[in-house]
Amino acid sequence: MLEIKNICFSREGKDILKNVSLTFPDNKVIVITGANGSGKSTLAKIIMGIEKPDSGSIIFNGQDITDMPIDKRANLGLGFAFQQPVKFKGITVRDILNITAKRKLEKCELCRYLSDVGLCANDYLDRELDSNLSGGELKRIEIAMLALKNSTFTLFDEPEAGIDLWSFNSLIDIFENMKNDTKNTIVIISHQERILDIADEIIILSNGTIKEMGKRNKILPKLLLSSKSNRYSKEVKCNE
Amino acid sequence: MNNTPNTVDKKILKVVSNIDLSKLKGAYNIRKDGKLLVRNTTPNIDIVSKKDKDGIDIIIKENTKNESVHIPVILEKEGMNDLVYNDFHIGENADVTIIAGCGIHNESHKTSEHDGIHTFYVKKGAKVKYIENHYGEGNENAKNVLNPTTVIYLEEGASLEMESLQIQGVTSTIRVTKAYLKEDSNLVIKEKIMTAEAQEAKTEFYVELNGENSSTHVISRSIAKDESKQEFYSNIQGNTKCFAHVECDAIIMDKAKVSAIPRIDANDINANLVHEAAIGKIAGEQLIKLMSLGLTEKQAEKEIINGFLK
Ligand SMILES: Nc1ncnc2c1ncn2[C@@H]1O[C@H](COP(=O)(O)OP(=O)(O)OP(=O)(O)O)[C@@H](O)[C@H]1O
Ligand SMILES: [Mg+2]
Repeated sequence: MLEIKNICFSREGKDILKNVSLTFPDNKVIVITGANGSGKSTLAKIIMGIEKPDSGSIIFNGQDITDMPIDKRANLGLGFAFQQPVKFKGITVRDILNITAKRKLEKCELCRYLSDVGLCANDYLDRELDSNLSGGELKRIEIAMLALKNSTFTLFDEPEAGIDLWSFNSLIDIFENMKNDTKNTIVIISHQERILDIADEIIILSNGTIKEMGKRNKILPKLLLSSKSNRYSKEVKCNE
Repeated sequence: MNNTPNTVDKKILKVVSNIDLSKLKGAYNIRKDGKLLVRNTTPNIDIVSKKDKDGIDIIIKENTKNESVHIPVILEKEGMNDLVYNDFHIGENADVTIIAGCGIHNESHKTSEHDGIHTFYVKKGAKVKYIENHYGEGNENAKNVLNPTTVIYLEEGASLEMESLQIQGVTSTIRVTKAYLKEDSNLVIKEKIMTAEAQEAKTEFYVELNGENSSTHVISRSIAKDESKQEFYSNIQGNTKCFAHVECDAIIMDKAKVSAIPRIDANDINANLVHEAAIGKIAGEQLIKLMSLGLTEKQAEKEIINGFLK
């Protein structure tokens, strides 16, 4: 179980997270949604240790990890798929998967993890993680890495971004498998209705505070309704 | 002088040329402390000592395919200053690999220096892969100096790919590469350098694209650590319809300094020349990504460097 308590984070005079407290129960899929700039990625970075909160604490399975460095958190079982995958000159897809696994993977294992994200190993293993890969390809490799990493709490920051519609179902399979295989808690930051559909719980962030949270069947209908009315209000504005 | 290679020789040969003496095939010429140690020639590849100065002529017959030449140099005698001229004559349509390299084992506090001047005459349609490794070891106060000069003449349709690697133990290096390209010829240079402590490395490329449709691609990747200094100069002259791409990419660490001065001169309307130079520290996000996979900062740094110089 991961708990965050009274997290505050401000930068350049802007309050990005305002006293956020949350509990992520075990073995659930939790989707965080909310407008652009509402603080979703910041929250994920704070959980992973990439950003330091100004105040508040983070407790993972009873242990206070607020001051723990990134690598220690990773080894404790936290994982994070970045919104924007990082590029590396000279490091190949095979290298990064071996680094993630902390051992030399067999070809068949490499194949399995890549085919789960819809990539053919023969075409990709020796390619470098640089600008020669497309945005969607980098994103798929990022997801394969997290499926491979032995984590019990995994954050995905907009995993569907750049993934084509045809591959959507496989993506969802990955999340469900991860949840079942490893008793993983999966936190997905997403704007996508089809991702919201697989959530056990939904959290709505708005301007750095939690606007709403709860079971999917309670939150989702309201969310869809409000997004429809937003669309409507935009149309009115345009016609003015 | 003893002509049997000792254990230090063997280790150095392994590092600079990746050769295992007992299994070495093809043509080779191993030079140690300014003298010939062992030599082998083949029906297609002859190696002849120069009469007027120190050095050898390597003569490769036309149409020679899938053969290789190893010409490593070892310096073990302290205070040695070795200057050598090696000329490569590569016959028409040959396709060969040449592996050179210099390893210094310096147990003294003195300076050991090797200046190799290598000239390649690559005839029409011939294809050469040239690999060069530079390496130093021994006393930490030793000064190991390597100043290689490479001059390349490519005739019509010839091509040469040069890979040079210097990652350890060379106190000071000035490496000069000059090339003159005729029609349809192609030159690829891949250089990898890592300097540490107070080491200095300077590399200069001068390429003249004189023949129509000649092309070159120069890729330099380097890492400068500690207080080391690196300078990269390139000067590409596009004198006709031609193509050039120069990439200089450096990672700077600690208190190191790196300068890159790329110059491209287009002297013809159809010359298409590109240069890119980037110097910076290891990107923070790269370290963060690898740390989020459970690597310590030091391990992450190592993976990034290894990949970069691969
Ligand atoms: N280090 C920082 N300095 C200044 N402003 C920052 C910093 N980090 C984040 N912000 C700002 O905080 C806000 C929240 O950013 P964050 O990336 O968390 O949003 P998000 O909810 O993930 O948005 P999106 O849906 O677009 O990904 C944004 O307005 C952003 O510009
Ligand atoms: Mg975001």
